[in-house]
Amino acid sequence: MFIREPSAVFWTFGFPIVLSLALGIAFRNKPPDPIRVAIEQADGAEAVRDALTGMKVVVLDAARARQELRTGKVAVVVVLEGQGRVYLYDETRPESRVARLAVDDRLQRAAGRVDAVPTSDRKITEPGARYVDFLLPGIIGMNVMSSGMWGIGYVIVEMRTKKLIKRMIATPMRRGEFLLSFVVMRISVLIFEIPVLLLFAYFAFGVHVRGPVTVLVGLVVLGAVAFAGLGLLVSSRAENTQTVGGLMNLVMLPMFMCSGVFFSSHNFPDAMQPVIRLLPLTALNDALRSVMNEGAGLVEVSSKVALLALWTLSSFVVALRVFRWR
Amino acid sequence: MSQDAALAVRCATLVKRYEGKVTAVDGLDLEIRTGECFGLLGPNGAGKTTTVEILEGLLDPTSGEVEVLGMHWATHERALRERLGVSLQVTHLPERLTAREILRLFRSFFARGRDLGDLLRLVALEDKADTWFEKLSGGQKQRLAVACALVGDPDLLFLDEPTTGLDPQSRLQLWGIVQRFKEDGRTVLLTTHYMDEAERLCDRVAIVDRGKVIALGTPASLILSLGGQDVVELSLQAGDIEDGALLAVPEVKGVRRVAGSIALAVSQIHVALPAVLDLIRGRGLACERLSTRHATLEDVFVNLTGRQLRD
Repeated sequence: MFIREPSAVFWTFGFPIVLSLALGIAFRNKPPDPIRVAIEQADGAEAVRDALTGMKVVVLDAARARQELRTGKVAVVVVLEGQGRVYLYDETRPESRVARLAVDDRLQRAAGRVDAVPTSDRKITEPGARYVDFLLPGIIGMNVMSSGMWGIGYVIVEMRTKKLIKRMIATPMRRGEFLLSFVVMRISVLIFEIPVLLLFAYFAFGVHVRGPVTVLVGLVVLGAVAFAGLGLLVSSRAENTQTVGGLMNLVMLPMFMCSGVFFSSHNFPDAMQPVIRLLPLTALNDALRSVMNEGAGLVEVSSKVALLALWTLSSFVVALRVFRWR
Repeated sequence: MSQDAALAVRCATLVKRYEGKVTAVDGLDLEIRTGECFGLLGPNGAGKTTTVEILEGLLDPTSGEVEVLGMHWATHERALRERLGVSLQVTHLPERLTAREILRLFRSFFARGRDLGDLLRLVALEDKADTWFEKLSGGQKQRLAVACALVGDPDLLFLDEPTTGLDPQSRLQLWGIVQRFKEDGRTVLLTTHYMDEAERLCDRVAIVDRGKVIALGTPASLILSLGGQDVVELSLQAGDIEDGALLAVPEVKGVRRVAGSIALAVSQIHVALPAVLDLIRGRGLACERLSTRHATLEDVFVNLTGRQLRD
C-alpha cells in the first residue's frame, strides 16, 4: 500500500536526500571569506589600503561607509584621524570582531611593529567535524520521527474517520496484531530508507559511519518503534485528521527545534537542558551522532537507548489503554 | 446458554442514549429466527443503525439485554465475531488495495472462511479482482463490502442499508447475493428504508420509528393489517367528500389525506372502484386524477405514523 502512494515514497526517500543535499551544499567547507573593510575617504587612505593586502578593501565617503557597515557589506570601517586610526564595528557580530583584530594587526605591522614571540599557523580540517557530518545523523533522526509519527498517527486517524477500524474490529481480528502491523511496516520501510540515505551521504559528501553499523541499525529500529508508539499515542483518541495534524505538530515542532536536528541542542540555555535531554529525538540524535561521528559502541549510548526504550514502553502502554476502537 | 435455539438474535428492552440526551433506541425488543431474513425498516434517524451496531457488538447499549447466536458479547466476543458477517452503512476500504487483496486481508482475520475465487464469482467481481478499490464503481464497492462480510463464512449476516444510493441493476445483483446466502438456511438482518427491498427480500420485518418497534410481521401480513391490499388515490377538481361517506362505500377500509389528495385502502378493488366513481358522480364532482396500486409497506408506515418514510 505504501509503495502505491507516490507522495509517501517521496517524503520517505526523496526528501531527506534533497534536504541533506541542499544543506550540505549551503554549508560546504569552503575557504574562509576574505575580510571586507571600508576606509573613510581622507588623505592617506590609499596608503592604508595598500597595507591591507589580501583583504577586500573599498574607499568610501563617510556616509556610504557607514551604510555599508550597517547592511553588513563590510565588517569594519577604518577612520583616519591624523596619525591615529579609529575602527567602527559592531561588537555583537563575530566577523566584525575578527576583522577589527586582523586589520589592526596588519596596520601595526605595516607601521613597523615586531612580534615579540615568533608564531606560525598549521591549518587542519578534522573529518567527522564538518557541518554535513553533524547534519546527517540529525536528518536520519528527524526522518525516523516524522515518518513514524505521520506514517502511523495520520494513517490510523484516517482509518478511524473512514470507519475502517470499526469495520475491522467487527471481525475476529486481533487488535494487538493490527497495531503491531504498523510498527513492522515502519521498520521494514526504514530498513530500505536508511541505507539509501547513508550511501547517498557517503558518495556525495564522504560521510562515514565510524561506529558499528549494527548499533546504528539497532538505534534506527529502536527510534522507529519509539516514535511509532508516540504516533499511536497521538492518534489514539483523535477523531479527524485535522486534530491529529495539530497534535502531531505540537509534539514534533519542539523536537525539530530543540533536539539538535540542524544545530546543536547545547545552544539552548542551561535551564532548558534537563527537559531537552529527556526528549526522545534528542536521545536518538545524540546517540546517532556518537555512533556515526565518534565511533561510539552500544555501551557509550546505553543511557540514550534506555531513555528511548522507556519512551517506547510508556507510550505504547498509554496508547493501548486509551485507544478509540469504535 | 440459549433459551431458544431457534433464535439467532434476541434483544429485550434495548435502550441507547447518547451523552445522556439523545435517545436513539428507546426500549426495543426483537426476536430473529434462525434461517430467516429479517428487515429493520424505518426512516433515517429511527435508530436502525444504532440497533444493528449494538447487535454487532460495536456499541454498548445503555441498558437492555442482547443475545446473539445464543451467546453474549461480554463473554463470547471472539467466538461471535468468527460467526458474524458485518457490512456497515458506509465502508471505505483501503483505496489502493485490489479487490482480491482486500478480501485476502479480511479472510486473514478469520479462522475459517470461504474460497476467495468463489466469493469473487458470487459477487460478480472476477473481472475486477485486480482493480484498486478506488477505481471500482459504487455498486462494485458495495458488492465488495458484502463479500468482506461473507468471507468468514458467517452464520449470521448483518447488512446496514446495503443498497442505498445504488442503481437498479446493482440493487438486483445484491438482492441475488442475499437470497443465495439465505438459501443455505442462514440468517440475515438487514436495515433499509426501501419498501420494495424489504417486501422482496425479507421474511419478516419490524417497522422502527423513534427507537421503537411499531409493527412486526411478514410484509404481507403488515399490508393486510391496513384492511386492504390495494390503494385508490384520487384528487378532485373542486369540492370535497367527507371521510364518512367514503368509508360507507363497500370494501373501502380506510381513508387518508395526503397533500390534497385522498388515498383509500380497499380490499376488493373491482367492487370498490365503481362504487367510489358512482359516489363522485352522484355528488356532481369530477376527478382530476385517479390511480390504483397495490398497497406497500410505505402505506403501513404512513398509516401508523402519519408521516412519509422518506421526507
